[in-house]
Amino acid sequence: MKHKGRNVLSGLAWSGRGKITRVDVTLDGGRNWQEARIDGLVLEKSLTRFYVDFDWQGQELMVQSRAHNSTGYVQPTKDELRKVRGVDSIYHNNGIPSAWLVRANGETENVEIG
Amino acid sequence: MSRSAKFALSGAALVAALTLVAAPAAAQKAGLGREATPEEIKAWDISVRPDGKGLPPGKGTASQGEQIFIAQCATCHGDFGEGRDRWPVLAGGMGSLTHDRPEKTIGSFWPDASTVFDYIRRAMPFGNAQSLKPDEIYALTAYLLNLNEVIKDPAFELNEKNFASIKMPNTANFYDDDREVSEKHFWNRKPCMKACGVRRRRR
Repeated sequence: MKHKGRNVLSGLAWSGRGKITRVDVTLDGGRNWQEARIDGLVLEKSLTRFYVDFDWQGQELMVQSRAHNSTGYVQPTKDELRKVRGVDSIYHNNGIPSAWLVRANGETENVEIG
Repeated sequence: MSRSAKFALSGAALVAALTLVAAPAAAQKAGLGREATPEEIKAWDISVRPDGKGLPPGKGTASQGEQIFIAQCATCHGDFGEGRDRWPVLAGGMGSLTHDRPEKTIGSFWPDASTVFDYIRRAMPFGNAQSLKPDEIYALTAYLLNLNEVIKDPAFELNEKNFASIKMPNTANFYDDDREVSEKHFWNRKPCMKACGVRRRRR
């Protein structure tokens, strides 16, 4: 993150079934979520672009996203997935894995939330 | 290369390209390409299924396979399939699937012996794929199954007729994808949006 003030977060969502119908984004590590704005083409099994406008004043952020598709499926967390599949499952690993940690100085890194 | 040879080669390429474009009616719509010939399809059609379909005629023993393995496979996989450097381990790891770091090999993990044959036939040795004859592949398969103690007798002759009799130790632990049942709680739910995972303070 380079500039304080109004910023736009953007990401890509994808599903192997149907279309992306909704993307939720959290900036505080999963405590609070908001629906992102989906823009551009939305087609089946296609990358779908989403955006969140937010104000950054140097606060620490933990950013995650959660996809919904047109079959009603809601992306599980890694813990929800591990509960079903254990820790050695490799393929079809579509859980919400980690977060983007944004520090006060704007440095960003990937972290795993407990 | 001499100039005349280069010219002859490019001329030949041009003729070949023109031949490709002069295609049967089905491919004519866009004027591109041609149908694959039955011989070409047969050459690509080398998959071997778990039920044994696709196995070519042939035979080999583990003893024969050992010689081929040491000559063509051991540089990467080790003489006993133990793996060298980061190349895959092919044998061992029995009973390790419940450990923290499971060792998934042909014997400890793979559900089907046919995969050994199919994979070797298609892709091995690495860098010289599809160079092995069916007899060699049966021999190598027998050797690998012998290393994994699935075939006990190194003189046992593996062939396309008895292949289906090979039973793998871990087959029963594979099941069809059942996510629509075992993970159905991921569908049609309303995930938390506010104050998630935050415990309310008692007043």
